[in-house]
Amino acid sequence: QPLAVEVLDHLEQLALVDFRDAEGIERLRKAIQFADQLHEVNTDGVEPMDSVLEDRCLYLREDDVTEGNCVSELLKNAREKVEEYFVAPPGNIPLPKLEERETFLQCS
Amino acid sequence: GLCQPVWRFQVSSALKEGHVTPTELCQRCLALIKSTRFLNAYITVAEETALKQAEESEKRYKRGQPLGVLDGIPIAVKDNFNTAGIETTCASNMLKGYISPYNATVVQKLLDQGAVLLGKTNLDEFAMGSGSTDGVFGPVRNPWSYSRQYKEKSAPKSHSEDKESNWVITGGSSGGSAAAVSSFTCFAALGSDTGGSTRNPAAHCGVVGLKPTYGLISRHGLIPLVNSMDVPGILTRCVDDAAVVLGCLAGHDPKDSTTIQDNFKPFELPSLPDVSKLSIGIPKEYHAPGLSSEILALWSKATDLFKNAGAKVIEVSLPHTRYSIVCYHVLCTAEVASNMARFDGLEYGHRSDMNKSTESMYAATRREGFNDVVRGRILSGNYFLLKQNYENYFIKAQKVRRLIANDFLKVFGSGVDILLTPTTLSDAVLYREFIKEDNRTRSAQDDILTQAANMAGLPAINVPTALSERGLPVGLQFIGRSFQEKQLLTVAKWFEKQVKFPMIQLEDVKRHNHDVFQHEKSASFS
Repeated sequence: QPLAVEVLDHLEQLALVDFRDAEGIERLRKAIQFADQLHEVNTDGVEPMDSVLEDRCLYLREDDVTEGNCVSELLKNAREKVEEYFVAPPGNIPLPKLEERETFLQCS
Repeated sequence: GLCQPVWRFQVSSALKEGHVTPTELCQRCLALIKSTRFLNAYITVAEETALKQAEESEKRYKRGQPLGVLDGIPIAVKDNFNTAGIETTCASNMLKGYISPYNATVVQKLLDQGAVLLGKTNLDEFAMGSGSTDGVFGPVRNPWSYSRQYKEKSAPKSHSEDKESNWVITGGSSGGSAAAVSSFTCFAALGSDTGGSTRNPAAHCGVVGLKPTYGLISRHGLIPLVNSMDVPGILTRCVDDAAVVLGCLAGHDPKDSTTIQDNFKPFELPSLPDVSKLSIGIPKEYHAPGLSSEILALWSKATDLFKNAGAKVIEVSLPHTRYSIVCYHVLCTAEVASNMARFDGLEYGHRSDMNKSTESMYAATRREGFNDVVRGRILSGNYFLLKQNYENYFIKAQKVRRLIANDFLKVFGSGVDILLTPTTLSDAVLYREFIKEDNRTRSAQDDILTQAANMAGLPAINVPTALSERGLPVGLQFIGRSFQEKQLLTVAKWFEKQVKFPMIQLEDVKRHNHDVFQHEKSASFS
């Protein structure tokens, strides 16, 4: 079953990762085909399992500040910063639509 | 001499008695790392800090106050664990240049015991893969490719170029760690295990690879792949050493709320393990398509060993085994889609020059930083998590996961103590053969025998068993009950004593370095 361009476009926007070429799209198609084998299994009445530790209580510690104050340490790895801020390009600008974006999907 | 392989931290007694000093040991290992550079097992060698740690250890030994068995012992850590002040790359462009501001809990625990951190080992990018071939620093070569045992068995080739292309993979994704231990550059190494990433390379490199029970060892500082399945893995040359390292690492960590709160007591394994009262299960589904006849024969021989020792050996069934890989594929890509979302260039790691908008910067950064394998999994994962697919794929996979976990519960509940299975379908393949198939296909093939243990969170261990017809290591796997590592390792130790796996006979390493250099030189003129 071929994948609609709208779905592929939607995935590129959600993931903020591009398919890059036909191989990338084929990779997804094969992955879906592979995953479809799951539907052979009868799971009636079976509860989904999130974690193998589901029978235990999650450890929660007291809401006390025990460490921190390491601003300079954390800023060291950031490329763009000003004083104690990470600097991002302007936000609230959506990714260009498919027609305007530089993506392989335009050709398909 | 010290580059002679030393089993069981005998080197610890050597250190205690002053036969060797921590700095001598460290220097020897560093020298060996240099002369085995062609293996490409290490991404970063932390020479200065290692020597400093060795000096500190030496002072403690001189005072007669070593911190414990691990004091002064050189170790290596897979490059997806955070190590303070040392670059942590996950073999990806996304994290090139990223200097960890903290130590992963397991790293801290080892350092607190005086272990000497030699460096960070190579892997598949972000631990995605089963060959340790898909990282940005290139593939890791299996040290056994250069062993006398392998060379004796390979067809003689006169052309030097052919000799170069006859090397085999380490398996993955913790191939660098497995190679580092196998080639004696360190005494123990940390790997990670999500689908078999510690046990698989352990089998191919002839070392012990332990996957602990999920929740036993802290994942704090281990850059996550699949939060519900990842565990730190332990690679050593013998089972006793694995028990020592486990003793150091296991236990609740307040920084990882998925570690259980039960008190963990480090244990020593009996010197004469007894398996006569045990019930060993042989899951018939692990006789998977593609299993080599050699490994099948070894598996059978192993069951005979247990029978002759008085253990009860019974065939059991884990009916959903063949869906484990498919289930993993969906759950893994889904969790990866979420875990990789943090890499946007803003706070750490690679950042693109694109700065028109936040989103376009993120997209460009991720396009530049991730390889095809990682990008592919992110896209697949997002597909399975789409509203229209969530129930049919993600929830469905979670249900199948329960079925797989229940299969094990049933078998262990019926009186079986330990399961015995092969670890891999065959011995290590040639690199040039391995790369003919894509990463997902390979992973699906190679993880088939190891993945279910991650699905169910159970402890499992690879024990090197014998050499194949090609002169390469083959291992067998034991899977135990949750949190019953002591029993698991006891059985593993007994088995290890029975099979007496041969020591690798590494050819003259200096000579090979010269050959590799020649090849590189001629390649650049063609």
